[in-house]
Amino acid sequence: MSTTVVEGKNIVRDYHIGGSLFRGQRTVHAVKGVSFSVDKGKTLAIVGESGCGKSTLARIITLIDPATSGELFIDGNKVDIARNALTKEMRRKVQIVFQNPYGSLNPRQQIGDVLGEPLLINTGKPAEERRDLAMKMLKKVGLGHEHYNRYPHMFSGGQRQRIAIARALMLNPSLLVLDEPVSALDLSVQAQVLNLLADLQDEFQLTYVFISHDLSVVRYIADDVMVMYFGEAVEYGSREEVFSDPKHGYTRTLFAATPRADVASIKARLAKKKAA
Amino acid sequence: MALLDIQNLVVEFQTASGPFRAVDGVSLHVDEREVLAIVGESGSGKSVSMLAVMGLLPWTATVTADRMSFNGRDLLKMSPAERRRIVGKDISMIFQEPIASLNPCFTVGFQIEEVLRFHMGMDRAQRRARAVELMKLVGIADPEERLNSFPHQMSGGQCQRIMIAIAIACNPKLLIADEPTTALDVTIQKQILDLLVSLQAKYGMGLIMITHNMGVVAETADRVIVQYKGRKMEEADVLSLFESPKSNYTRALLSALPENAVGDRLPTVSDMLFEPAPSGASA
Repeated sequence: MSTTVVEGKNIVRDYHIGGSLFRGQRTVHAVKGVSFSVDKGKTLAIVGESGCGKSTLARIITLIDPATSGELFIDGNKVDIARNALTKEMRRKVQIVFQNPYGSLNPRQQIGDVLGEPLLINTGKPAEERRDLAMKMLKKVGLGHEHYNRYPHMFSGGQRQRIAIARALMLNPSLLVLDEPVSALDLSVQAQVLNLLADLQDEFQLTYVFISHDLSVVRYIADDVMVMYFGEAVEYGSREEVFSDPKHGYTRTLFAATPRADVASIKARLAKKKAA
Repeated sequence: MALLDIQNLVVEFQTASGPFRAVDGVSLHVDEREVLAIVGESGSGKSVSMLAVMGLLPWTATVTADRMSFNGRDLLKMSPAERRRIVGKDISMIFQEPIASLNPCFTVGFQIEEVLRFHMGMDRAQRRARAVELMKLVGIADPEERLNSFPHQMSGGQCQRIMIAIAIACNPKLLIADEPTTALDVTIQKQILDLLVSLQAKYGMGLIMITHNMGVVAETADRVIVQYKGRKMEEADVLSLFESPKSNYTRALLSALPENAVGDRLPTVSDMLFEPAPSGASA
């Protein structure tokens, strides 16, 4: 029996912009009533172009921003951070990995401290235990003990993203929100990080909300896919449904725009060029 | 005769820990009306080798080559002044970050016209007319209006179109595009690639496309060079590269594409790089 880890019902987020003596206030509807649910151990991919509201939705799911209206359930409990303060228990359950591993790690903090800090803030574990847990987690994400005392600038992009993933996993969350975790990485490093994510998902029964604009990555990692366009979920279904039979025009545009790297389409392009 | 001909290019940077060799003996040539793609990961020296052609490297870099000629003229022996007359006119370049490469203090119209004033010596009216024509060509609606816009008033895709307009303003013989679509959405990426390829065909330019995206290579290139750690790993026409890659590295890159995944795990480059080539492919 699968349990639902995260569920959103009709989530709306508006931002109020500006408003001065001479200009009226303007409201941007960033997310316009999106519903979804993800079961334990599954991956929901959210796809869309920049400005479509996918990162706003990620911030709502991660409990960073409150939704303007709508209901969010995490592990079956309703969460509303606009009304009630966020408990440490809730904060432990949901963690996020950001897109840019160069910007999301403090350059003046050693890796050991980066990993220990979530424990320091959210748990009462003593220093020694924090150190042990951080060491273990470094191993899990494919780094070694010797990296414990190093600073972020001593690592490559792929290694930094591993550290960001390790930090997110320190509190043993049930839900991990991944906001474009591989778009800043090279192809071969991207493959390593995707493998790591798949391994960790198996090991800890993690649930992922995976945000991306790269359809080939989504096709590889997702169980369910949601396509967002101007704040609305225009398409939502299992990976097979969405990829084999896209219903909305925007999804089809997206598929058509994705460059194809197979031999048949290269042949077709070259033939077309010759004819022209 | 090749438009751009480079033999044995070496670029070294002086660093605190001794010289670092970013490009190590790369040879390449591009013909007129040809699209050459240079693929590689970050640190493979693909951008550095093209910056060396443009003469845009900082003073810490030492560039040596057996031969670096453009259109029959030796770029290495030219005086800086002579070289400046070629760069931006006959060879021009588009960079990765469109918003960062435009000057935020000047209107886009001014920035297009600057090239025309410097290289073509046009007067004000001619410049304005040509700028409008160029903006139409790269697909910007209301060019007369948009000439007065500043870069921050335009989207990333529009800024990249302006960059292209500046690059093709003087009808270059060779256009170098350094990751022109990496910072853009897929739908915009498609539009920009289509635009570049159609302009290339229309004006018979040589086009060098630097990218790390195999999909972009497959959609645009005639011939491909694969670089890794400053060295050329493979050179082939696009179809044979994808059909039967010769070097282990290329094979590793292609199999790391998520769409080529077999089973649940993606093969990574380090898994593949030191394995012997399967029989049938000559190494």
